[in-house]
Order: sequence, then structure tokens, then C-alpha cells
Amino acid sequence: MEFLLDLASLVNSTLRISTPLVFAAMAGIFAERSGVIDFSLEGKMLMAAFVAAVGSYYFGNPWIGLLMAIVMCVSLSMLHGFASVTHKGDQVVSCVAINILIIGLTTALAAAWFGQAGLTPTLTDEQRFLEITLPFADSLREVPIIGLIYSEILSGHYVFVYLGYISVPIVYWVVFKTSFGLRLRAVGENPSAVDTAGINVFAMRYKALAINGVLIAFAGAHLSTAVNANFFREMSAGRGYLALAAMIFGKWHPKTALIACLLFGFTDALQIRLQGVELPVVGEIPVQLIQAIPYVLTVVLLAGFVGKAIAPNAIGQPYVKER
Amino acid sequence: MVTAVDKSKVPWWVSNLIVPLVNLTLALLVSALFIFIAGENPFQAVKLIIYGSFGYLDGFAYTLYYTTNFVFTGLAFAVAFHCRLFNIGGEGQAYIGGLGVFLVAINVSFLPVPIVWLLAIAGAVVFGAAWAFIPAYLQAKRGSHVVITTIMFNFIASSLMVFLLVDVIRDMKQMGPHTVALPKEIWFPTFKEFAALFGIKIRYSPLNISFLLAIAASFFVWFLVWKTKWGYEMRAVGHNTQAAIYAGISPYKNIIIAMCISGGLAGLLGINEILGVHHKIVAGFPAGYGFTGIAVALMGRNHPIGIFPAAFLFGILYQGGSEVTFDMPNITRYMFVAVQGVIILFSGALENLFRPQIESFFVNRLNRKVSV
Repeated sequence: MEFLLDLASLVNSTLRISTPLVFAAMAGIFAERSGVIDFSLEGKMLMAAFVAAVGSYYFGNPWIGLLMAIVMCVSLSMLHGFASVTHKGDQVVSCVAINILIIGLTTALAAAWFGQAGLTPTLTDEQRFLEITLPFADSLREVPIIGLIYSEILSGHYVFVYLGYISVPIVYWVVFKTSFGLRLRAVGENPSAVDTAGINVFAMRYKALAINGVLIAFAGAHLSTAVNANFFREMSAGRGYLALAAMIFGKWHPKTALIACLLFGFTDALQIRLQGVELPVVGEIPVQLIQAIPYVLTVVLLAGFVGKAIAPNAIGQPYVKER
Repeated sequence: MVTAVDKSKVPWWVSNLIVPLVNLTLALLVSALFIFIAGENPFQAVKLIIYGSFGYLDGFAYTLYYTTNFVFTGLAFAVAFHCRLFNIGGEGQAYIGGLGVFLVAINVSFLPVPIVWLLAIAGAVVFGAAWAFIPAYLQAKRGSHVVITTIMFNFIASSLMVFLLVDVIRDMKQMGPHTVALPKEIWFPTFKEFAALFGIKIRYSPLNISFLLAIAASFFVWFLVWKTKWGYEMRAVGHNTQAAIYAGISPYKNIIIAMCISGGLAGLLGINEILGVHHKIVAGFPAGYGFTGIAVALMGRNHPIGIFPAAFLFGILYQGGSEVTFDMPNITRYMFVAVQGVIILFSGALENLFRPQIESFFVNRLNRKVSV
């Protein structure tokens, strides 16, 4: 029983830790399926975390913070589109610019406005999202197996956790089962054919980027207004890149990307458990090395034990209408 | 709608001087807006930046010290970029390069000083290159995107170095995460000693002969990329991989060599920081210089002749910026990280924003002159 409870809490934290990765990977799928590289997930997540925390603090309502984060992230996506779709600038350079800009700006503004070294004020319970206890979770707790799964694993998460996993089938449906999704994928594979069919390539890419902005905002808000009660410097800690790696490992597909995100989440949850624990044979592993495990895993996954990843055909290339 | 002009009619100084200057101006205007949002006066900030970086001799020496770092990391990014590789890992390569400098220097310090220096430089290059090799290999052979792997290697380098500094090579007599100091004999001579020759007294200056190494590295990169067969091959792979393969050039080999040279150049940052300034490994010494190199290279259009002034400009921003953070409580050094992002945006991603307009403006004017 002790072991089962332990396992349940590990699965529980895996679900929680994977959530921002899931949102980010879904956001990445929209951008990259349309042919626009998006390394700026990292920066946008950080910006969303900052804006959500500041918005919730000023307006006293986390939903307003979330809304502001969405507006901000969509604007940043539009900026990325303006540089790399309209002006045909280098997509990777545009992303790097956005990431560095936001690392600097969020920390600088937090310091300027709140006077603490890159921190926003701690949010009260009214100003942040709280864990949701599902109905009957307490009364079902004693039921064997079902109680464990329902009360210990599924219940008691932040709203974003549920939204994140609901978003996966929706993204799958939109990308693979609707005409919008067909056009989206076609724009990423063969934009000139799509253009010949009378569909506006630029408009499609902008739409994809707008959805991308909305999704990534949830990831950031999850970090600063749900799991934590404030924003701190560089709090996204590479999650945008991890999500992108998960998306590539998942071959730009929501289902497989979800599995990769859960794998990252599980490693991270395990990593936290391993800190300060005496292991058989090797003894205690230094905490710095344990913390590097998700990053090493990313490199290993990207190196691909499952064959080379095939990106959408037109990814990274600005579309030039022939004259 | 401005129609694009014939590229061959555009004078070189328009595309390589006027356009970058317009982009830089735009970037600085946006940065001024940020300073305003943070609640400070941008004009006052500019005054402080100019005073801090040029106003007094120590300050100017600091400007050149920062310039040295940015030349190394800027060149590092530029070399890889000519092969169309985004080496975002300058930060980690510099960190590991510093480890190379320290390990070599501490172990051979009994040798004559110039030999120790040469070996330490070799250590910086080899360690930096080795850290770039794995992402390079994975990009070349497995197609793992070099941006993600190099970023991951930055995180891994940081964890690894903190581990080494805490548990393995820490100066066990002290609490802080740093190593013991190198023997004084092998420290690089600094500007302080140089100024003393002319009877000028300076309390402290981080500027050291690494500055000369930065100049040498610039010449080396220029020669390598534009004057050797290898440089030609690498640029061919960068411009058009398929054509390069058809011409018998191996993209794998060139990707790996370009990344290793890039990593080696980033590693040289460790020379400036360890032999020149700290004389030991201090946790986190690359302090974002690796990322700034991206902005420097893009602003300098990936050519040493452009990178040097761009590095100098960032030297001014850093040194002047520290003057600003000293005087303006609302501005932290992170504001200047944001400024870097804006500069990358305008001189990299949005470099074509006004290019057609500017180019056609000048071409039309010049044509009019000819016809009159």
C-alpha cells in the first residue's frame, strides 16, 4: 500500500509537471505544421508567466492574468510572423531574438516595478488558481484501485492540468480531421500548391501562429499563477525547448508528442525524488547531475533511437510568391 | 509598394553600412521605450552610457575588456553561421573552455610562461571544440537540430561545472564555488601594468593582452573563411548543401569542423576571464557573453570587419550599462539583455524591414545624378 501510494503520487506529479510541456508541444505543432519554426516557445512561456502573474496581482483575478498572457503571447507570435512570414527574415534568428528579449525584459521590468531581484509579489489565494478536488474524491478514496486512481491521481490538480490533456484530442481533431487542418498541413508541406488552390499562405501561417500564442499562454500561466504563486527570473527553465524536442520526437503529431511530454515529466518527477536519496551501488548522486537528467534525455531523444525525424517539408523557408 | 531593385546596382556602402545603421537606430529607439516603461529617462541613460564607457580611462579600459569577450563569442557564432548552423551554445562552450584553461594552466605552470600561455590557449580551444563536437556530430549524422542540442549543452555544462566546482575542484579552504587561484607568474599582464609604464596610475583594470588575441582571432577567422579552400567548402555547404554535395564537398565533415572551430573560439573567452581577470574558475563566469555573441555577429553581418565594431558597441552598452544600473535604481543589467534581443530582432530577423525602400532610394538618386 505504501508503495502504491508512492507510485500514485509520482504519477500525479508527472501529470502536473508535464502540463506546460503539453501546452507548448501543442503550440509548437500548430506553428511547425504550418511551416514556421518556433524556438520562441521558451520566451513566450516566460512572458506569459510574467504577464499572468502581474495581471493577476493588479486585477486580483487569475483569469484576467491569463487573458492578458494570451493577448501578449499572440502579439509575440504576430511579431514572429511579421519578421519571418511577411518580411521573410530568418525564422531561427527571429526566435532567438524574442527569447533573449524576453529573458531580459521580464526580469528588468519585475525589478523596476516591484523592486525585488526579478520577482513579482506573491499572489494570495484569490489571485491564483487553486487545486480542484473532483466531486466525490474524498468519499471514493477508500474504494480499492478506483479510489486510488480517482482520488490520488486524477483529482486535486490545477485547472490547467485538465485543460492541457483535453487540448490534445482537440488539437488532433483540428489538425487531422478538419479542412482547416488539411490546409494547415498543406501550407507546411507544399505552400506553392496551396497558393495555386487559391488559399492565402500568409494568412494560414498567421492563423497557425495565433493559435500557437493562445496555447503557449496557458503553459506560462500554469507556471506563475498555479504551481507557483509568483513569477521569478527565467522560471521557464528550458521547458520551451524540452517541449519542442518532445514535439520533434513525437514526429509533429499530438498523440506521440503527448507521450514524449509525459516521459519528460516523469523523468523530472523522478529527478526531484532522487535528490538526496541514497541509491544502491552508486550511493547518493550529486544534485547538480540529477538536475541535468531532463536535458541529457532531450539530447538522447533527439539523437533518435527511433529513426530520423522528418520535419514538414517547407519548414523554415519563407514563402515567396512567384512573380 | 516598393519594387526590389537590381542587387548589383546597390552600392556596397548602402547595404553594408546604411541599412545596418538604420536597423540599429530602430533597435535603440525601441530600447529607449523600454527604459521609459521601466520609469527612467532614456536621454539621461544615454548620457550615462557615453560617460561610463568613454568618460574616464578606467571606464574605457572596461569597454575594451568587454569588447574582447564579445569578439570571441561573436566570431564563434559567425563561423558556424557561414555553414548555416546556429551555434546558440557559445555560453556552454566558453564555460567548458574555461575549464580547459584552468586544468592546463594549473598542471603545466612550472614551464616557461609563454609556453604555459600557448598551452592554455590550446586547452581553451580543445575543450570548447569538444563541447561543440557532440551537437555537431548529432546534427550531421542524426539531424538533431543544433539549436536545441546546443541549448541543452548549455544547461548540461552549467550543471556539470557547478558539480565540479562544488564537489571536485573547489578551493576546499573557502566556501564559495570557485577553484584555487593560478600562480601569479602566469597571469596575463593587464592594462594597469601597461599604463604604469607611462606613469599613469590605475587602481584596477580587467583589460589584458587577451585583447590582442581577439585581434589575432579576427584575422584568423577572416583568413580561414574567405581565403582557404576549407572556408570556401564550408560556405558552399551553408549556401546550398545539395550543390555542395554535387561538387564533391562533404556536408558532414564541414558541419563538424565549423562547429568545432566555433566552439574553440567561444572557449577563448575562458582565456580572457581566467588568465586575464579572475585567475580561477568562478561559477557562472560566462555571464551571458555567449548569447551576446549572437547579437554581435548578426549586427556585424558575420564578418570580422563588422564584428569588431559591433563588439565594441556592445562593450559600450555593457560598461555604460553598468554605469546606468549604478545611477538608476529602476534599471538592472537585464535591461541590457533585452536591448540585445531588440538588436538581434532588428539587425537579424527584421533586417529586410526597410532594405527595399532604402536601396531603391539610393539607387534612384545615384541614377538621377548619372543622367544629369
